[in-house]
Amino acid sequence: MSSIPTETVSPGKASLFYDPKIRGYVYQIVLLAVVGFLVWSAASNAIENLRAQKIASGFGFWNNAAGFDVNQKLIPFSASGSTYGQAFWVGLLNTLLVAALGIVLATIIGFAVGVARLSSNWVVAKLAMVYVEGIRNIPLLLQLYFWYNAVLKPLPDARNSIALPGSIYLNNRGIILPSPQFAPAFEAVAVAFLVGIAGAVAFFVWARGQQARTGRQYPNGWVALALIVGLPLLVFFAVGQPLSFDYPQQGRFNLTGGMQIFPEFVALLLGLSTYTAAFIAEVVRAGILAVSKGQSEAAHALGLRPGPTLKLVVIPQAMRVIVPPLTSQYLNLVKNSSLAVAIGYPDLVQVFTGTVLNQTGQAVEVVAITMAVYLTISLVTSLAMNIYNKRIALVER
Amino acid sequence: MTDATLDNAPRAFVRTETLPQQPAPLSVAGPLAWIHANLFSSPLNAILTLLCIWFVVVTVPELVHFYILDAVWSGASRDACLADKVGRPVGACWAYVADRFQYFIYGSYPIADRWRVNIVFAMFALGVVWLLWNRAPLKRIGVFYFFVILPLSGFILLLGGDRAQGLLRFLILLSFALAVLYLVLSFVPSLARFWTNPALLAVEQEAPPWKRFHGAKSLILLSLVVFGILAILDDRIGLLRVDTGLWGGMMVTFLISAVGIVFSLPLGVVLALGRRSRLPIIQLLSVIFIEFVRGVPLITVLFMANTMLPLFVPQEYSPDRLLRPLIGVALFASAYMAEVIRGGLQAIPKGQFEGAMSLGLGYWQMMRLIILPQALRIVIPGIVNTFIGLFKDTTLVTIVGIFDFLRTVEATLVDPTWATPTTRTTGYAFAAVFYFLCCWGMSRYSIAVEKRLAAGQKR
Repeated sequence: MSSIPTETVSPGKASLFYDPKIRGYVYQIVLLAVVGFLVWSAASNAIENLRAQKIASGFGFWNNAAGFDVNQKLIPFSASGSTYGQAFWVGLLNTLLVAALGIVLATIIGFAVGVARLSSNWVVAKLAMVYVEGIRNIPLLLQLYFWYNAVLKPLPDARNSIALPGSIYLNNRGIILPSPQFAPAFEAVAVAFLVGIAGAVAFFVWARGQQARTGRQYPNGWVALALIVGLPLLVFFAVGQPLSFDYPQQGRFNLTGGMQIFPEFVALLLGLSTYTAAFIAEVVRAGILAVSKGQSEAAHALGLRPGPTLKLVVIPQAMRVIVPPLTSQYLNLVKNSSLAVAIGYPDLVQVFTGTVLNQTGQAVEVVAITMAVYLTISLVTSLAMNIYNKRIALVER
Repeated sequence: MTDATLDNAPRAFVRTETLPQQPAPLSVAGPLAWIHANLFSSPLNAILTLLCIWFVVVTVPELVHFYILDAVWSGASRDACLADKVGRPVGACWAYVADRFQYFIYGSYPIADRWRVNIVFAMFALGVVWLLWNRAPLKRIGVFYFFVILPLSGFILLLGGDRAQGLLRFLILLSFALAVLYLVLSFVPSLARFWTNPALLAVEQEAPPWKRFHGAKSLILLSLVVFGILAILDDRIGLLRVDTGLWGGMMVTFLISAVGIVFSLPLGVVLALGRRSRLPIIQLLSVIFIEFVRGVPLITVLFMANTMLPLFVPQEYSPDRLLRPLIGVALFASAYMAEVIRGGLQAIPKGQFEGAMSLGLGYWQMMRLIILPQALRIVIPGIVNTFIGLFKDTTLVTIVGIFDFLRTVEATLVDPTWATPTTRTTGYAFAAVFYFLCCWGMSRYSIAVEKRLAAGQKR
């Protein structure tokens, strides 16, 4: 080996075959060719098959009459006059509604359970553990079936509705609540509410500046409460209580009036939020455990009371750990809301990928639109999260 | 040193012997202190404790009564579970589960052929134990068994019929041909110099013939034995074709998760490597695939597999109804697997890559011999967690009309033979226990692995 003169080993003499750069190009071109061929053959097969099955392609179906009805709709929709495009919006809004409410509920339950798991109270900690382990290890679909088929469906029929205090009725058609009727003057209350939020934000900014300059602290929480809750209440009474309720009336066969919340919605909301809450609880627990004990001890040593310690030292550091996985749990909740199709809640998948797809047969377009919607939600959320993450991330040298 | 002075001391009140040890005061140790510290340390805690105890006292006896004490354990039809027929309050109707148990396991798979499913179950269990049990020998053969032999023999055994026979014949021929090749090579090693390097060949030549080319020979031997047994079974008993429409129950649940893991792991490795590749197009395509799949719900992927896959291939190759969700689940799981494995790759220090390269290893050698063994080891808990998610997600195939375990439970609920007020809660409880035991067992395993892996870092 050592007898080989070194000058014979010079770069550039290696064959092109072993040049990593050239190899890289070749690999990529081959991969592109394979992927291109797959896409091309799939497309040509699809065109062929669609022609054979006499299915139209393109998005022309968007404006065709839908001819089916949806029970829960946030925008006007009817079997007679509405189009597939409107069905899409109905489904999308329903998805967003259940996802938004689910996120709020799941966050509340999840934080409570996560804190409870770390509680010094043995019974509370164990119960929280049973909740988390039990819920996490059972498929969401089974839980949805349970809520819908085993809890809500066996409720008595409308004639024998269970009456709860506050004119709330429970039966197998869902929950009937008194529906609020807003008089025109109610707009003033809404405006007052918005003004209250703006005022609270402005006060926060001002108080922060003051604290930075003078060190004086202001009762931010109380001021915000007064502005956001107190001001609208004041306006509400000032303009003469422009709100009445339409109470459901128990008739002989049915309930009339009121606002109906469908059992599908309730089951989905309950299932989604309790399921996701178990995961959020674990995220929260990990986040709190990630803040070392020395931090709160140091805060106590500096003379901070437990409340401010939690608020100023522990929570900001825990949030840094909690927020990224929390976001992915929120995204999971949005994606899992598509399980609505299993219990018949008219979400995007049930209305659009289910009914519209079956009626039009235009699988490619419908599935593509549905996927695009979820993808947009995911990507926008990730983007927002990345921005937020950058803001709160540890600033290192 | 003070003893002497003490003995001589005239003061009588100095104690000369030690006191007998006293138990700690009740307020510091013992059950009462524990209760005080853990249950009633503050008024809020006391209220919470009482609330929780009240909750447990209200729910647990109720559940025990319903599911155990008042439950009906045997019976032939719904009459056994109807309160007015039995004459006592009736809880869960376990008789229904017992009656339908076979259906829950095999679905509508023909009764005479269920032994085939049992063999596959046994083979699957063997593979799982082989791979997951830390001290099991011959891990490399285990990997080959789980990822190559098991899927092939599972396919042959479960499906049966002409296609499976053809495949079996081909596999036996292939392993025979390879066996003969290796036999020849063992005795005439000079033939092997076309692809073995001379140094290795010299070492091989030193060994007696039956010890040469060790690894590959044992793989071939294993496949010969397994496929040989299958061929005998096929020959003696005959493997009739069982349409996938008849498959169902836990068998399908396990099948989907097994297919998911068998395909998603290698695919996930490839995608993770692609995402970390320095070649821009490969990286871009991997990123697009991973982010796309992770951004959409599994249901839409299943819908896509169910409705669009048949459009994308020529009509005569239209995939089987069970195959479509299998493809969807495998692709879906591989994107998640890729992210887990990428985490492992990123955790490998740069020195490992540089060390491997400085030894003169090429990319694939470096990955295969240095990086992946370490990366995969540290992400075993992550892989198991992904697998738990996959296992729970298999229930979604219900929605595209596949009879998995949950669907068979749902199907029996509408059957009038067992229509009682408590059948549904019983069925759901049974399903919940099944899924819970599987998922919980896996998560225990992953925690144990995590502890074992962390043992090296502990000081």
